Amino acid sequence: MTTQASRLPGPLLALRNILSFLLRQPTSAFGLAVLAVLILAAGFAPLIATHDPYLQDLNNVLQPPGNGHLFGTDELGRDIFSRLIWGARITLTIVFLVSIVVGPIGLMVGTVAGYHGGRIDTVMMRVTDIFLSFPSLILSLAFVAALGPSLNNAIIAIGLTAWPPIARLARAETMTFRKADYIAAARLQGASSTRIIVKSIVPMCLPSVLIRLTLNMATVILTAAGLGFLGLGAQPPLPEWGAMIATGRRYMIDSWWLVTFPGLSILCVSLAFNLLGDGLRDALDPKQMNRR
Amino acid sequence: MPLRRMRLRGVIGQITTIAITLLGLLLLTFIIGRMMPADPVRAIVGEDATRETYDMVYAQLGLDRPIWEQFLRYLGDVLTGDFGTSIRTGQPVIEDILHVMPATIELATFAILIGAGLGIPLGVTAAVNKDRWPDHLVRVLSLFGHSMPIFWTGMIALIVFYAGLGWVGGSGRMSQFYIGMVPDRTGFLLIDSALAGQWDVFASAINHLILPASLLGYSSSAYITRMTRSFMLDQLGQEYMVAARVKGLSRAQTIWRHAFGNIRVQLVTIVALAYGSLLEGAVLIETVFAWPGFGQYLTQNLIIGDMNAVMTCVLIVGVIFIALNLLSDLLYRFFDPRTK
Repeated sequence: MTTQASRLPGPLLALRNILSFLLRQPTSAFGLAVLAVLILAAGFAPLIATHDPYLQDLNNVLQPPGNGHLFGTDELGRDIFSRLIWGARITLTIVFLVSIVVGPIGLMVGTVAGYHGGRIDTVMMRVTDIFLSFPSLILSLAFVAALGPSLNNAIIAIGLTAWPPIARLARAETMTFRKADYIAAARLQGASSTRIIVKSIVPMCLPSVLIRLTLNMATVILTAAGLGFLGLGAQPPLPEWGAMIATGRRYMIDSWWLVTFPGLSILCVSLAFNLLGDGLRDALDPKQMNRR
Repeated sequence: MPLRRMRLRGVIGQITTIAITLLGLLLLTFIIGRMMPADPVRAIVGEDATRETYDMVYAQLGLDRPIWEQFLRYLGDVLTGDFGTSIRTGQPVIEDILHVMPATIELATFAILIGAGLGIPLGVTAAVNKDRWPDHLVRVLSLFGHSMPIFWTGMIALIVFYAGLGWVGGSGRMSQFYIGMVPDRTGFLLIDSALAGQWDVFASAINHLILPASLLGYSSSAYITRMTRSFMLDQLGQEYMVAARVKGLSRAQTIWRHAFGNIRVQLVTIVALAYGSLLEGAVLIETVFAWPGFGQYLTQNLIIGDMNAVMTCVLIVGVIFIALNLLSDLLYRFFDPRTK
């Protein structure tokens, strides 16, 4: 087993170790499982969904679960289970786009500010603080209002509001080792500051940024669903979970299944990211392990 | 003497920092306001106004001026307390907001009482029983608290406790029957109805308040619990705890008097910040419960694109956050002997 493992290239080996660590704890294993289900559902949505998510069937509106509809039908007779499965694509798109925007931006702002210090640091952190002085949902609301309500604008708005915590974290990490000997050595060899940041500082910040990003995904999902619920995110007939709850709200007293299942899906995915983030923290940051 | 000068410098530094942050805040709301797709002129003159009227109002609003001049004008207006009029209600925005604010403050205050009353004891219990079942239970509770979509939990709670069990009132601040029965003096319904001696209305108000406040309280208790637990764990691991036990103090005394005594200041700052975050939950929960407060006002204006109202709401949230941060900072300095 060990000889086999050592033949794997470094990064893959690390990934394998992290995965096996995560699978050993029941909590983070649950997180991984939910994420796997989400990815499978999104990837194979046409195969898994039992009905067309947009197909209206006015003879079968507000049917309770069962009777050929696993989770029942909504006010237009659409199959809720199929809509949830297709909605997984939207959720996954949001998570993916937000993380590839927020991670690099936060990392860049934080490492540059932390490495250079002085005036650059002051200016960059002042800007970060202004963004941080809002609860993320309120700021996203304002940006969506400015850009106009749609799924894409909701993603942009969430991206705009989600980078500051990452930048703060990356800056704090950078500050702890910017005076380290190996950084000084690199500088003495004539490495440019860009090179030092990219080659020596960013890799050191990556684990904690990755943990933070995973934990933040839980918040991102809740914010996106909240925007959808308020009618400022994905627009009907898109099967976005928050928007589904918003339309189901009118029928909730008599037809509880309209709001219950989309909400449970949101809860599961956000729970999964929280558990996964905690698990990653244990896996990547052994210092923290005994404290928690 | 040099110490005092240092402190003075710190104060001046802090004031400049706040001033710059506020300026940034105003710039941000200004940009958001300018980006909004709604046409402010159209909203005032209506759809079938002539070109001349349109241009006149356009110039009156200063929209023909360069953008920096517009910003300076906005800055001047805000500094003199003029936040513009709401397109929807025709009233000055700030009056509208002052009118809806008490409902939200009432909700948020009850929520934070529940949140802190639940979160702090649970956090201490979890820390004291680290890695035993109470700890696991508390951690699961707080995990659910910050993973749940609060607007959804609100609906489920309405389905169960209002439609199903009938334990609480439904949406709104009181039953339809009582609306208009109490003169609006402070805007705080509980105070108003108590002042008027209308105890039926008071009971109805409590009945309607309890569910949204509990939900908001639960979601903020998730954060408070987590922080309390980790602060307590820090203290319990210190050597003075062992010393206190060796001295002959009981376990409860060491926990509550020594360890908890030391984290009180930190907790005050955490609760202050949690109070601010309640505004976020309030936006969603007020929509679910048709609660006529700040959150509902903000979302209603967002949807119709009432620029002045949205800008002012965002600004107010920002100012509240900065003020709470400052307050928690000051409390920390005031109560923590080490900062003296």
